[in-house]
This record gives sequence, structure tokens and C-alpha cells, in this order.
Amino acid sequence: MTKPALPVVSMDAITKTFPGVKALDAVRLDLYPGQVTALVGENGAGKSTTVKILTGIYRPDGGTIRIDGTPVTIDSANAAADAGITAIHQETVLFDELSVAENIFIGHAPRTRTGLIDKTQMHRAAEKLLREIDAPIDPRTRLRDLGIANKHLVAIARALSVDARVVIMDEPTAALSHKEITELYELIETLKSQGKAILFISHKFDEIFRIADRYTVFRDGAFVGEGRIADIDEDALVKMMVGRTVDHIFPDRGSTIAEDVLQVAGYSHPTEFADIGFTLRRGEILGFYGLVGAGRSEFMQALFGITKPSKGVCKISGKIRVIRSPADAVANGIVYVPEDRGRQGAIIGLPIFQNITLPSLGRTSRAGFLRLAEEFALARTYAERLDLRAAALDQDVGNLSGGNQQKIVIAKWLATQPQVIILDEPTKGIDIGSKAAVHAFMAELAEQGLSIIMVSSEIPEVIGMSDRAIIMRDGRIVAELEGDALRPETLVRHAAGITASPQLEEA
Amino acid sequence: MRDTVQPNRHVPDRLTSRAQRMLRSWEALLLAVAVAIFMLNSFASPYFLNAWNLSDATFNFTEKAMIAFAMALLIISGEIDLSVASIIALASTAMGLAAQYGAGTGELVGIGLVVGLLCGAFNGVFVTILGLPSIVVTIGTMSLFRGISYIILGDEAFRGYPADFAWFGQGYVYWVFTVELAIFAILAVVYGVLLHKTNFGRAVYAIGNNPTGALFSGIRVQRVKFILFLLTGLMSGLAAICLTSRLGSTRPSIAQGMELEVVTMVVLGGVNILGGSGSIPGVVIAAFVMGLVTFGLGLLNVPGIVMSIFIGLLLIGVIALPRLWAMLRQGRRAS
Repeated sequence: MTKPALPVVSMDAITKTFPGVKALDAVRLDLYPGQVTALVGENGAGKSTTVKILTGIYRPDGGTIRIDGTPVTIDSANAAADAGITAIHQETVLFDELSVAENIFIGHAPRTRTGLIDKTQMHRAAEKLLREIDAPIDPRTRLRDLGIANKHLVAIARALSVDARVVIMDEPTAALSHKEITELYELIETLKSQGKAILFISHKFDEIFRIADRYTVFRDGAFVGEGRIADIDEDALVKMMVGRTVDHIFPDRGSTIAEDVLQVAGYSHPTEFADIGFTLRRGEILGFYGLVGAGRSEFMQALFGITKPSKGVCKISGKIRVIRSPADAVANGIVYVPEDRGRQGAIIGLPIFQNITLPSLGRTSRAGFLRLAEEFALARTYAERLDLRAAALDQDVGNLSGGNQQKIVIAKWLATQPQVIILDEPTKGIDIGSKAAVHAFMAELAEQGLSIIMVSSEIPEVIGMSDRAIIMRDGRIVAELEGDALRPETLVRHAAGITASPQLEEA
Repeated sequence: MRDTVQPNRHVPDRLTSRAQRMLRSWEALLLAVAVAIFMLNSFASPYFLNAWNLSDATFNFTEKAMIAFAMALLIISGEIDLSVASIIALASTAMGLAAQYGAGTGELVGIGLVVGLLCGAFNGVFVTILGLPSIVVTIGTMSLFRGISYIILGDEAFRGYPADFAWFGQGYVYWVFTVELAIFAILAVVYGVLLHKTNFGRAVYAIGNNPTGALFSGIRVQRVKFILFLLTGLMSGLAAICLTSRLGSTRPSIAQGMELEVVTMVVLGGVNILGGSGSIPGVVIAAFVMGLVTFGLGLLNVPGIVMSIFIGLLLIGVIALPRLWAMLRQGRRAS
């Protein structure tokens, strides 16, 4: 069982294109029985797309998937299950109000002769599955009564209940504690010994080197390399992951950095982040890099008065300010462009001009009464400055493209004439051309004296745009880099927690 | 560095003129319905076109509409208050109790308004501070407030209000125009301005369309919602004053079921029950439509139970029509 003669699953020359983006460009990936293959790559390298193709959510535009050497078409979740492929996702889809056994067998529960669910049989089968993975859970428990780690075990049991030969684990340890991670490793060993092929996706290098047998590296949707973990070290793997030629030119910015605008000290939250402190200068772009879940967005939203309860000291231009709500933050000149544009960004249902003037009504109105002429004038100024593509200013923002909605949110905040603007993943999901425009605009704003905090998971963006970069891991600042220290390898090392790094500048 | 003075595209303020927007509006459709009902009524009954009869007919909607204005704002913000009729019962009971101890008209009015405000604050605390869904909270307080009235009154009734207290529900400001109609008219203007012409009104729309987005835009969402609950309570207190004054007595069953008529009026007026859109002119026209239908059917000796069937059909019909129309047009395009 341990000799990898033939791969169970073999993806060859798989291509997937989305409008404007080539997500996968002729990539290959082989999964062997009884082995853990780590799929390594930056955000946007094409890992999730690969998982979605294997599980039948996306259909590839080109290439072949072979199971045991036979070409197959995986065009639905059912087809994936029939092929013996099962996935445990980052955010597992489970049902809180159902029992553990019902969660495991939902959709394929054993039936009695009358067609009703055979509860006895289901509980027995669930017990057996849970025992196999050493999960001390009563199948009759309601899922909501379980902790996050046990929920994860239920998700694994569910994945195994369909007689899987291939198990995909997408960031399985993101929400687990150290002890739970150790237990997960043991479970993975068990699955290996049963001859299952495991695809393991993680950003954490210590995990990859601890658990994986093989690796495959993707970069920007292209295959970079593969091999045995035993034959490679961390440095070489990091190089494969990030070693790209910078594919677009970032604006050239002179450094005219002046006095401190924002000083943050000791910001903490019970679970999300701890002891965050830094200063931001006028006209500076400060990058915040880290892995998903490192607590960057949570901290930014705390600074903006949303994430509670959090405590800490925030000084603006040397004066201590208490920010309990976004309204307080805006009043103090701090604004936030969220990553979740749909829900937290533009207000769909309101026209463009009302979206732009919403936080500035105090200025456009008189004694609390609206003045439409002033509103249109203000909205026009910023809409045109951002080169908004719209038919009219009274058009519903819901009819605009995502990129233009993002412009509305930025226009809304610039209209308040802030001192500090926080941009959370400002170019996520937008095409190369728009990216360059956003970057140029950011540089222009900084030039005009606006201080910018840029949360980004894209290494070239952090390096290309930031005057300084702060790296967060597990809710803490682990490094503050500037100048020559701002290199891809260094960022990845700090973010992934690779020890013995050459340069370590503690914040 | 990008050239900042490059000629950017010009985006016009509006594409459609004010007249075009008004013609296509829900309010225009509703106004047409109101006119049609008015004409039908005047053909159906010879007693309809009589100034004093029409004046009496306004009592069918004035008290409900006072609450409906505040309710419209509350529903646009994405919340609802189903306890309004029970607030009337509690406020009326409190006034009746005070009248037994010899309270004057001024004190009675104060008591009615304060009880309304307190009830609104009670609802508001549960919804905005504890974060409970308003529909559940106000179904609870609907039973609670009226329950207190039943405990105080049993199957008794409070009478013996001061003579000048009758002015609110039975008085006339000029010729056939009642005091209640005057209050209705003033409130229509006040709420119309509040919703359509102030920053507060804009915040109400923003919250109703996307509460998270509104919060992220620096709107004090919970504060706005709390004020709306206060206003709805206050308007219920005012309606309690008018209704008690008109009836001259308080029973615990006063205004039973009125919350649904208020919500019907708001929805008929074009307010989206899921929040985000609607207007005060719409609610004003809806108030007249409901008043006219009830009055016209009353003149034709249609019993009250059948009348509620008509109101129900009217509501569903008026709301379904535009949707049906859109589906028909889409179907034609698709084929």
C-alpha cells in the first residue's frame, strides 16, 4: 500500500479561464495512494480553483483528469463523490441544528424498507466512522453543542462516509489549536495507512514539512514544480513559490515622509489580536501583510470602531482619541475601505450620489436638512476624480460593476477629507489594468499628504507600494520591515512562522 | 505618476426629469386607484358626495395614519412594531385611570404621550441594545401592554373624561375639517420633511438598504433605530389620545387589531416590507384609499367582516399588479 506506483488522480494540462483572468494555465497535479501531497502557492496561485475542479464545482476549459489512468469528467459534486473524491473545506458546510450522525449522512442516509431514515443503522455507522478516526463524539449530539475542533472531526467523518479514496484538506488547521492540530496529524497518518490519497493545502510551512510526502508548487495559475518533500528545504520551496518577475510596474514614489499622524499602542482583543502597536506618518503607505486569519482585518475594523470588545490607545496627531464606533472614527479622520465590498461597502438600493455623500452629510446639509445641489456637486467632484463609469449620479449603485462600486466606496471616504485611509485588500479580484490604476491613485493620494494603511495578501503589491510593511501572524505583529529588508522571502518567512530567518527586525 | 488634470468623463446628475420619475412612481398608480374608488363610490351611493359624510369618513384613517407615518420610517429602516395597538390600550388605560383621580385635559395628554414614549423605549431597548428581532419583541409586548390594560380594567370601562378632552376626537378646526384631520395633515408634512428632506431620513434609507454598509459608512445605526421606536411609541400615544377622546371611554379591547391595519396602510403606500424604500406621500394616499373603501362599503351596508376581505384583496391586488405586469412583459420578450 505504501508504494506509489500509479497516481490515483492525475490532472494534466488543466486550464481554467475566468473573464479577464487565467486562473489555471495548463497545470498538472498527481495524487498518490497512501501519500500526502502539499499544494503550495501564494494567494491567487490557483489552489482553490484546483480544488473546485476536483470536486466538480468548476469545469476545466481544457486538460484531462484521470482516475486510475482512465480519463473522467467531473461535472458535478455527485460525480466527484462517485469518483471517490471528497473535500474538507476551509469553512466546512455543516448544519448546527442536526445531530452529528445526521450531519455525517445527510444526503445518503441508510433507509428502512419503508423509505424512512434508518436511525439505528445510521447511528451505528456514524459510531463506527467516528471510532475509526478516534473521535470521542456521541453521534446523537447536536452539532451546535460541539466545539470547533470536534466539528472538524465530524466534517472529516462526513468526508469519509462516502468511501473516499481521495481526501482534499483545504487549510484544515486554520481554526484549530496546537493540540488539535497534533490530533489532526495523527488522523492524517491513519488515513495514509488506509491507502487514501491526500491533497493538503496550507500556507504554514512547518505543517507542510511535518506531514506532507510530496509537494506541488503553483505560481500565478501555472505549474512551477513538484517533488518529494525529503528532497527540498524551506528556502528552496519559498523561492519556487514567490520567485516571479514582477509583472507590472509600480508607481515610482519619492519619500517625503513627515510627522506622525497616527500612533497605535497596545491594541488587543480577547481572541483575534494582541498588543498591536505602530506609528503611521503623513504621506506614508504602510503595508500590512500576513496569512488569511492573521488578524489584520479584525484589527483594522477595531481601529475603525467595529470589532468589539477591543482595547488600546489610539493617538491622532499626538492627541488620544477614543473610537467606539465608525462614526467616531470618521469624525477623527480615519476611514476604512472594507474587503467585503458587497455587504460592508456600497449601499445597494441607494443612488450613487447618496452613497458618496452619506458620511459627509454634515457638510452638505444645513441644520440637518439636505441640500441636493451641494450633494450632487460633492459627488460629482469625487466621481470624476476617480473616473467613475456611470450613466448618471442618481443611478442605483447596484447597476455598477464591482470595480466601479469600489470607486464609490473610495470616493465616499475621500469626500470626508480623511487623514488616514485604511484599504483592505484594495485590488483583490480586480484585473491587472484596474490594479495599476488603483496603485497609481494610491501613490497620488500619499503624495497629497494622505496616510494610507494597505492590508494586502499579495506580496508584489506589499513590496511595490509600501514605504514600510508590518507582518502579522496569529494576531500579533511579528516584524516591521522597510527598505532592503522588504523582500518576498522575508515576508513569507515571517508570515508563515519559519524560524531562523536571516533578518529579524522586531517591531 | 498619472496626470491628475486629464479630462475625465462627465457624469450627469440625473437621466430622467422630475415629471418622468413622478409619472412612473408607485404614488401615481395609487393616486389613480384612489380617484377610481372615489368615482365608483360617488356613482354607487347618493350619500357619498356630502361634505359632512366625507368628514366623518376621515375618522376611518386619521388615527391609524398618525401611527402609519412613524411605522413607515420604522419599516423602511428594516424593523417593525406590532405592539402599536396595545400601546394605545395601555396609554388609554393610563389616561382613564388618571381621569378617575381628576386629572385635567393637559395632564391626560401628557400621560398619553409619555406612556407611548415609554412603551416605544421599551421596544427600542430590546431591539437596539440586546439585538433581538423586532418582530419577536413587539409580538411579545403586544400581549404584554394589552395584558396590563386587562389586569387594570378587567371587564370594566373608564368613562368620565373631562368635557374639554373631547376636543381632540370630536372637535372641528374649521367647517367640516376635524381636529384629527388637522393633526393628520400636520404630521404628514412633518414626517414627509423628516424622511425626504433631512439627514436623519437619509440615514433611515441607508440602514434599510444595508445595515452593515450604513454602519461602515459612519451611521449610528442603533441610535437611529431607537429614535424610530420612540417616535412610533409617541405616535401611538397620540393616537390613543384621539381615539379615547372620540370614544369617550376606555375598554381594554380598544383598538384591537389596529396594528395590522397600520401595517397594511404602510405597505399599500408602497413601503417595502423588507425595508429600504417607500415614501410618506404614498402612505398619505394609501390612508385616503383605505378610508374611502371602508366608507364606501359602509354606505352600501357591507358588513365589517366583508370589508376586511375587500381591504385584503385591495392590498394583494395593488401589490401584485406591477409584479404581474413585469412578468408578462418579460414573458413576451423571452418568447
